[in-house]
Amino acid sequence: MPRPGVRSRCGRLHKHRELIPAVLVVVAFIVGSMQSRFFLDSRYLLDSSTLYAEAGLLALGMTLVIISGNIDLSVASTLALVAVVSANLLDAGWGLPAVVVAALALGALLGCINGCLVAYAGIPSFMVTVGTLALYRGVAQAMLGAESVKMPSELIGIDMKYVPGTVVPVSLAGLIVIATVCGLVLNRSVLGHWVRAVGTNEKASFYSGVPTAGVKVAVFAIAGMLAGLAALHIDSRLGVARFDHARGLEVDVITAVVLGGTSIFGGKGSVLGTMLALLLIALIRTGMGVANVKAEYQLAVIGSLLVITVVATNLGERLASRGRVKMRTQK
Amino acid sequence: MKITALREFGVLLLLVLVCTVAAIREPRFLEPSSINSILLWAPLLIVVGIGQMMVIVTRGIDVSVGSMLGLSGMLVGILFRSQPGLNVGLGVLAGVGVGFLLGSLNGALITWAKVPPIIATLGTLSAFRGLIFIVSGGEQIDGNDLPVALNQWTLGGPLSVGGVTISWLLAMALALAGAAAWFLAKTRAGRDIYALGSNPEAARLRGVPVNRAQFLVYAITGALAGLAGVMYASRFGFVNPATAGQGYELTVIAAVAIGGTKITGGSGSILGVVLGCFLLGAINVALAVLGIEASWQLLVYGVVILLALLIDAATRRTLEVRQVA
Repeated sequence: MPRPGVRSRCGRLHKHRELIPAVLVVVAFIVGSMQSRFFLDSRYLLDSSTLYAEAGLLALGMTLVIISGNIDLSVASTLALVAVVSANLLDAGWGLPAVVVAALALGALLGCINGCLVAYAGIPSFMVTVGTLALYRGVAQAMLGAESVKMPSELIGIDMKYVPGTVVPVSLAGLIVIATVCGLVLNRSVLGHWVRAVGTNEKASFYSGVPTAGVKVAVFAIAGMLAGLAALHIDSRLGVARFDHARGLEVDVITAVVLGGTSIFGGKGSVLGTMLALLLIALIRTGMGVANVKAEYQLAVIGSLLVITVVATNLGERLASRGRVKMRTQK
Repeated sequence: MKITALREFGVLLLLVLVCTVAAIREPRFLEPSSINSILLWAPLLIVVGIGQMMVIVTRGIDVSVGSMLGLSGMLVGILFRSQPGLNVGLGVLAGVGVGFLLGSLNGALITWAKVPPIIATLGTLSAFRGLIFIVSGGEQIDGNDLPVALNQWTLGGPLSVGGVTISWLLAMALALAGAAAWFLAKTRAGRDIYALGSNPEAARLRGVPVNRAQFLVYAITGALAGLAGVMYASRFGFVNPATAGQGYELTVIAAVAIGGTKITGGSGSILGVVLGCFLLGAINVALAVLGIEASWQLLVYGVVILLALLIDAATRRTLEVRQVA
């Protein structure tokens, strides 16, 4: 007699993928607070959240891209290019509103280029975005070399501003608002429905009238636009623009998305899961920072986490589907 | 088949074009020192490129090659430092062995744990780079830690004409390329790689051991990156934990892509890869000779990769049209 109980529980877990990062966040809180007293200092935690605002914005776009069955490795390079261009525009005397619009538009345009190459030239997204990963950061580097552009002093320090009357940083509040919008788009809009459809079965959705090419261009454009917004944030937070801003950040971002339960094969995923997983990564990074673990060692931990997450998900999925088959055959 | 119909012919044409333009703009490009730097720049790229080409033929990608190169080079450097009298051959064996293990890990993750290649190798790119720092404690391997015989790979060579030297590094790379071309064209395991890349499902139904072929390409790539790590130590005379192989994956992918390897899998040739490596080397040296700053390098790789992608897409479309007609 097999035990369908265990298997179906596995299956049910798959419908609530956010549970895993949520549980891990709680564990991380408990372990972290045993290591250091700073850990439960809510002011400290809230203030360090601003360090992850850029990763958060990139992860929101990446969630949509991965649910659509693609991947975008160029997000950090898009961020760097927009950061360099917008700092140059400010330097040339453009006003802030114009620069914000330009940054968002440039980000969306760079994302569009990715999307068009994927949708219309039929090249796999990992290849396209490996190319633009080099290209976009390459343009930024060719523009600036090893130099950096200083930001106007009144625009520095968005990470030090708080929502009036509270201790919540503006960056965190903004991220939560944008995450909510992304969640609504994904769950309540036609576009969100199409994104899942394309990620689940592109051919079937094409034949049922979903504009698959347009959907793909849209998700890449949204990811690019969010990267443009993240570029403005990093410029303001660090006070300078450099071509090597956020180098390698795509690893943290992709790890957050898959750890948050978004299927790397597309079709399934949630914004809430991504945000919980990002919180988890922030806690792990903060914890390692408090414990004096070097940045390079942290790299090894995040990279391993990415691989282990996907291996574990695949394993869980295999177990769950085996359970489903067994139950069906029993009937 | 006419020679002009070959994919490699286009690469060769580009190579000649780049060299001619560079030589007209700046005659120093034809001096032995410039030619030598191209000939020394290409070997490592060829060695890693051979593996990367096989991976891309199977519709995969390996972005961890730079980290595998760095980790193998670092471990071999540490070995040489602790055993000063060690035979260089044993060092090479160790480097290749380490690389093979790292590549096997990638292969196992992709083949049996069903992790998509880009995710698996992106993870190991970070993990291996972190490991380099952990095993080295962040310390660099210096020139005097490395055996003199290793330097000779770069300085000496089997052939030297008019100041232009064919180094041992280049000789090794070309010999390996020859062996790889034979392996891919004449052995069953080699043909399986193309079968897998052309149509995975058909290959499986036809009885091709697809899992073995897929695992093999990543393991081979690891072993080659390991060898390139030892060659790196010879070429540069030091191994730095942060810079050894850092970002090399983009250079390699650019060389393989411009060498006519079909980005969507199924086709690619060793001759193309070798020519692509020389082409990229020629572009690099030409830029340096023409006084264009090194900060343009990444942009060049990006343009090269995208150009290859677009050519790929365009030829695919004409082929499809021809098949329909």
